[in-house]
Amino acid sequence: MDPTRVMPYGDMPNDGATQLSFTLPVPAGEEAKEAARQLVAKMGFAEPSVAHMQDMGESFSFFIVYGRCTATVDYAAVRVPRAEFPLLDAPRINAMIAKLLGRRLKVFGACIESDAHTVGIDAIMNMKGYDGDKGLESYKEIEALNLGAQVSCEDLVSKVVTEGVDALLISQVVTQRDVHVKNLTRLVDMLEAEGLRERIILIVGGPRISQELAKELGYDAGFGPGTHAGHVASYLVFRLQQHEDEAPGNPLPEGSFHGSHD
Amino acid sequence: MQLRLDRERIAAARELAAEIAADLDELITGSTTTSVERAYLRLLGLEGTDEHGVPLPNVVVKHIHDGDGLGRGVCYWVANAMYRHDLSLDEVAEGVETGALDLVSEKEEAPEKVMPVLDELAVLGLKKIDKQREKRERLQNELGVGKEPQLYIIVATGDVFIDASQARAGVLQGADIVAVIRHTAQSLLDFVPFSAVTGGVGGTYANGENFRIMRQAMDDAGREAGKYVMLTNYCSGLCMPEIAVLGAVERLDVMLNDSMYGIIFRDINMRRTLVDQYVSRMINGYAGVIINTGEDNYLTTADSFEAAHTVVASQFINERFALESGLKEEQIGLGHAFEIDPRKKNSLLYEMAQARLVRQLFPRSPVKYMPPTKYMTGNIFKGYAQNTLFNLASVLTGQSIHLLGMMTEALHTPHLQDRYLAIESARYVFDAADGLAKELSIKPGGRIERRAQKVLADAVKMLEEVASVGLMEAISRGMFADIARNPDGGKGQDGVVVKEPDYCSPFIDLLRDKEGSAHGSDASHAIR
Repeated sequence: MDPTRVMPYGDMPNDGATQLSFTLPVPAGEEAKEAARQLVAKMGFAEPSVAHMQDMGESFSFFIVYGRCTATVDYAAVRVPRAEFPLLDAPRINAMIAKLLGRRLKVFGACIESDAHTVGIDAIMNMKGYDGDKGLESYKEIEALNLGAQVSCEDLVSKVVTEGVDALLISQVVTQRDVHVKNLTRLVDMLEAEGLRERIILIVGGPRISQELAKELGYDAGFGPGTHAGHVASYLVFRLQQHEDEAPGNPLPEGSFHGSHD
Repeated sequence: MQLRLDRERIAAARELAAEIAADLDELITGSTTTSVERAYLRLLGLEGTDEHGVPLPNVVVKHIHDGDGLGRGVCYWVANAMYRHDLSLDEVAEGVETGALDLVSEKEEAPEKVMPVLDELAVLGLKKIDKQREKRERLQNELGVGKEPQLYIIVATGDVFIDASQARAGVLQGADIVAVIRHTAQSLLDFVPFSAVTGGVGGTYANGENFRIMRQAMDDAGREAGKYVMLTNYCSGLCMPEIAVLGAVERLDVMLNDSMYGIIFRDINMRRTLVDQYVSRMINGYAGVIINTGEDNYLTTADSFEAAHTVVASQFINERFALESGLKEEQIGLGHAFEIDPRKKNSLLYEMAQARLVRQLFPRSPVKYMPPTKYMTGNIFKGYAQNTLFNLASVLTGQSIHLLGMMTEALHTPHLQDRYLAIESARYVFDAADGLAKELSIKPGGRIERRAQKVLADAVKMLEEVASVGLMEAISRGMFADIARNPDGGKGQDGVVVKEPDYCSPFIDLLRDKEGSAHGSDASHAIR
């Protein structure tokens, strides 16, 4: 295989075999089938062939089409931004927090604004965790509080002030019409307006969240599908360590505060 | 495929559920809420909004609540003003809106004198519901209904006209029940958005206009498909009783209606939503609507295997609350789900045990079976296989309402082909296994039966604990779904008012008087 020219592999190397499925808003028939074939050809696939057409009523037709992909990608040149940090186990994480901070790390999690889908934040925060990986509540050096669904940015920002939070974990699952981008931006804007942004570690997670998007929106890190609490906890320690390296001797992250009314 | 279950244990579960509900009776029947009072105004026929777009029922109820008069019931104050000034209901609302009238500072005439001015409107309001109920029965007789397990699809575009088009396609493909998902977080709006037909996010606004448009579309599609299509919406959240009225008037057939769900997953205040639920269920009962409860959701946060008994315990409680409101068992669609981790060995065995258990515990309930969601991964092909097993479990255990699993669950709201493929798979499995359950028996003393018996025993134990501490305390301890809620927390508490001794509403008796009302009846058949 030539890593500078990677393409799909179906049955033979470099055969470009690709399966597509989609609906067209036209009634099923020979014209619809030909339209689907032409459409896939215009997408850049060679030898498009319609494997299946289904009349779905209401003048909708469903297609399964195969085509030969002709594009290639230079795999060697691919770069994906991601939060780079060493993965640690729970005892190590606890020990590092104790050493670096000298107290428990306070982490709040929330689905903000209209988002009511807590599956992600629950998996990261709650004792039980997900997939055998226990949540942040299970770490003895982390004080984790899951605020749950539909927490308004106002409430969250006021909690950061009154409770002395070290890190915020924001979950956004609903992404229709980019509502997650609006919510996430709003929170960052409010934290910045209150002068709180630099004092906390701000993390976002969700099925459509990438490190790239997180950075773009002003978050420290973004975690997508497959993230476990261990990843998040390791990242938190990594950030604490980073701070320690930059400002040795100072046991607290920059500007972190514990007074209840700063 | 019968499980052998301990009848005395089932009877004990029902007795405990009755005890748990009775403990809250004083709170529930002794209080009213802003949303309940708005629902009564809607039943009396008050519609429309003020110049700022605030619905008139909100304007009038807020006015009375601000004047500390809600404990007597909005109907009393409105009737008092109508009687004293010889005004219509609309004129009274207009007077409140313009500030010309201050209802609570009016001279208070005796209720016996003023309340009769509402009689005609109240009867008229309920007649609208009677007519829709009759029409449903007529159409169901004429066209027939889908065969169980009935195929339930959702549409969620945010635009009712696109919803209608996608739903029509689904009905022609074989769907029996159509649900329109609501705009994200509508459950937390303390008003019903008037006339918003487009612009919803993650779903479409639930309101009278959209109910009417979908009803018409589904009646038309049903005629074409040769069956009566049932229409579903969400009678939950802060406007529960008002949505119940709108749904009753526009002939919705199924309503998601469960205050336990609102408390746990939407952080709605317990007192608020328990009172709202009581009145909503009276209205749903009167309208012949099937309610669906949301126990399936517990398994999305708690462990689906370990917490199976919490679903059953909650179902007994929910059944009791529904009977108290006058719903019949045939209207109580209890929810459960196929949510065990697919990597667990013998997960299908445990799913079948649970599904069959629920079926046998609630034999007359149109139980609603929910598809896998928690362990759907984005691998749509594996998801399709998971849904196939779900379909098989459903037809073998005799479920009533079958919410179709989407292979793209966890990715996006269903695309047209997702719905089609789901219907095709379910139809295939239901036909392929049509007579299979009758040929199989569950091995006596085998693993399926033992699992079902254990879940039931654990449910009874949990009900004992809930009964001993009370439901509100049980919820505060996180006994359901691993989520804890405080009785004084949550949204909407400021809308709860203790009824005064002279509280008036013409509807409580009228809704109760419905012929055949099963108020307070027992689900006793399952015990004997």
